[in-house]
Amino acid sequence: MTTIKPYLLKKLFVVSILLMTLLLLSAFLGLSMGSSGYEFKAVATSFVTGNFPHTSPDTIIWHIRLPRVLLSILVGASLSLGGLVFQSLLRNSLAEPYILGISGGSAIGAILGILAGFSYFPGIGLFSFAGSMTTLVLILILSSGHAILKKDSLILSGVMVNAFCGAVTMFLISLTLDSRLHNVMFWLMGDLSNLDLRQVLILSFILLPCFAVIFAFSHSMNLMMLGKESAHSMGVNIKFVTLILLAITSLMVSATVSTCGPIGFVGLVIPHLFRLIIGPDNRVLVPACILGGGAYMILCDILSRALPEQGEIPPGVITAVIGAPLFILLLVRTRR
Amino acid sequence: MNPAIQIKNLHFSYRDIPVLKDISFSIKKGSFYIIIGPNGSGKTTLLKLISGIEKHEQGSIQVLDKPVLNYSRKSLARNVAFVQQKQPSDFSFTVFELVLMGRSPHLGILGVEQEKDIDIAKQAISFTGVDHLVHRKLDQLSGGEQQRVFLARAICQDPQIILLDEPTASLDLAHQIRIMDLMRKLMEEKGITVIMVSHDVNLAAMYGDDLLLLSKGRIIKKGLPKKVLTYQTLEKAYDCKLLVDKSPVGQFPRITLIPQRFLKNA
Repeated sequence: MTTIKPYLLKKLFVVSILLMTLLLLSAFLGLSMGSSGYEFKAVATSFVTGNFPHTSPDTIIWHIRLPRVLLSILVGASLSLGGLVFQSLLRNSLAEPYILGISGGSAIGAILGILAGFSYFPGIGLFSFAGSMTTLVLILILSSGHAILKKDSLILSGVMVNAFCGAVTMFLISLTLDSRLHNVMFWLMGDLSNLDLRQVLILSFILLPCFAVIFAFSHSMNLMMLGKESAHSMGVNIKFVTLILLAITSLMVSATVSTCGPIGFVGLVIPHLFRLIIGPDNRVLVPACILGGGAYMILCDILSRALPEQGEIPPGVITAVIGAPLFILLLVRTRR
Repeated sequence: MNPAIQIKNLHFSYRDIPVLKDISFSIKKGSFYIIIGPNGSGKTTLLKLISGIEKHEQGSIQVLDKPVLNYSRKSLARNVAFVQQKQPSDFSFTVFELVLMGRSPHLGILGVEQEKDIDIAKQAISFTGVDHLVHRKLDQLSGGEQQRVFLARAICQDPQIILLDEPTASLDLAHQIRIMDLMRKLMEEKGITVIMVSHDVNLAAMYGDDLLLLSKGRIIKKGLPKKVLTYQTLEKAYDCKLLVDKSPVGQFPRITLIPQRFLKNA
């Protein structure tokens, strides 16, 4: 009892350093490995000398793999953070952007964009952004007003929205001509290889401020996990915080999903993993999800490139294979 | 001395259903004030109005000489702590982390705790006697222990007023007395004004300095326990037969329920 000292900053520091190291290591691996071979040495040399040559394998590393690795970091970070915010805000450990149906709406928008023949960025991006915002509004109306903070109504309406979006997606696919079918299918499976460096930078300008805002509200999230009225009596402006967090998180998630497709379960796996390891304090979990989620996504992407002999497994398949069993496990545990 | 709480002509409706009608009373600083009354009489709503969770439109509520609606959330939280009846228990914070959160209204947006805050939390924890539980999680504690943890958090908030909504509900006899003694000690040692909603008229008689008896949203009687807890007022409020005499323990009323089968003989 007498040994308890202020621990927050120390914990924050240690966790950030460790996960930053992990992230850099994963990024290094991500840059070095791929279908055209492993180039650990070339990547290391470039980092050490600061010299990024334009010869053939280096072009692959810096023009194809670098945007992909950076995009993986952003996608992993924002999906994990999205899961974390939804879980604490709705006080439901199963909440996640994919499960709530936001990704499903995004999919409809993206397919419409592909069918209309737009380019990936910004055309399809904007379409799927509109799609995910629409489903979010729909979910919030379905579970409207006071029920926003009620547990089951939001998950249930998410399930319904997901089912509906799935049907519309199938309908759209059935209308699709062969030439575009491939694009649609690959978007639906989650794809991290579509963006160039400039587009990744644009995405990061949207996402990084969202990360900062969520971190600023992380202590309010802690207090809100104790219940609405409890948080209120400790000085939290519930309506304001809920609204800001929902808006920022939706923006973040839909911006992400629109660029990479509906990659599921990341927002479930990462927050739960870190909650187990470092405890429930959101002030530490937010940076942990950003750094650790980024690293996790890079590793999933490496698996997706390295596992098959030829071609790639979509990263959405990898994350689902890891995440879906965990979801079932959690469901069984919360039912108990 | 100015009162801790002063309420005048308060009316409150919940979606057109009137819950409180023409409520006026004041609570002395540093006193133990207990609000009693049957189910649905508006007791909890009254606490929520005082704590600013619900906002009133008619009448006035002054908390420490300032209208409750003029406080910011944080400054109200620095003065008034609220121990609710229903607390979620399905999360994984430890007892210490939970109590320490009581410091939030005194801290910045990220709530970074200093050594001083840790000390205050430790004192609150030993005050309510949960020292041995600090590293446990809430769902591993009994009802009485949980209640003392929430009490510690309220004390950690360092308020002038603590509101409690039926803190003894669903506790066994020993824990009931323990919580009530703790509240009394809190009031006497720290000078905190304790305002409590209770179902138990006998506990109210034993511990309250002043009582407020509500029924159907109206005040039936307010004042000293011996004035409020009479056979006439209680019968009017609760609409059942009761026996009120003097407790052999001290100079306070004792209320006994009378079962139906004894009524014919009475």
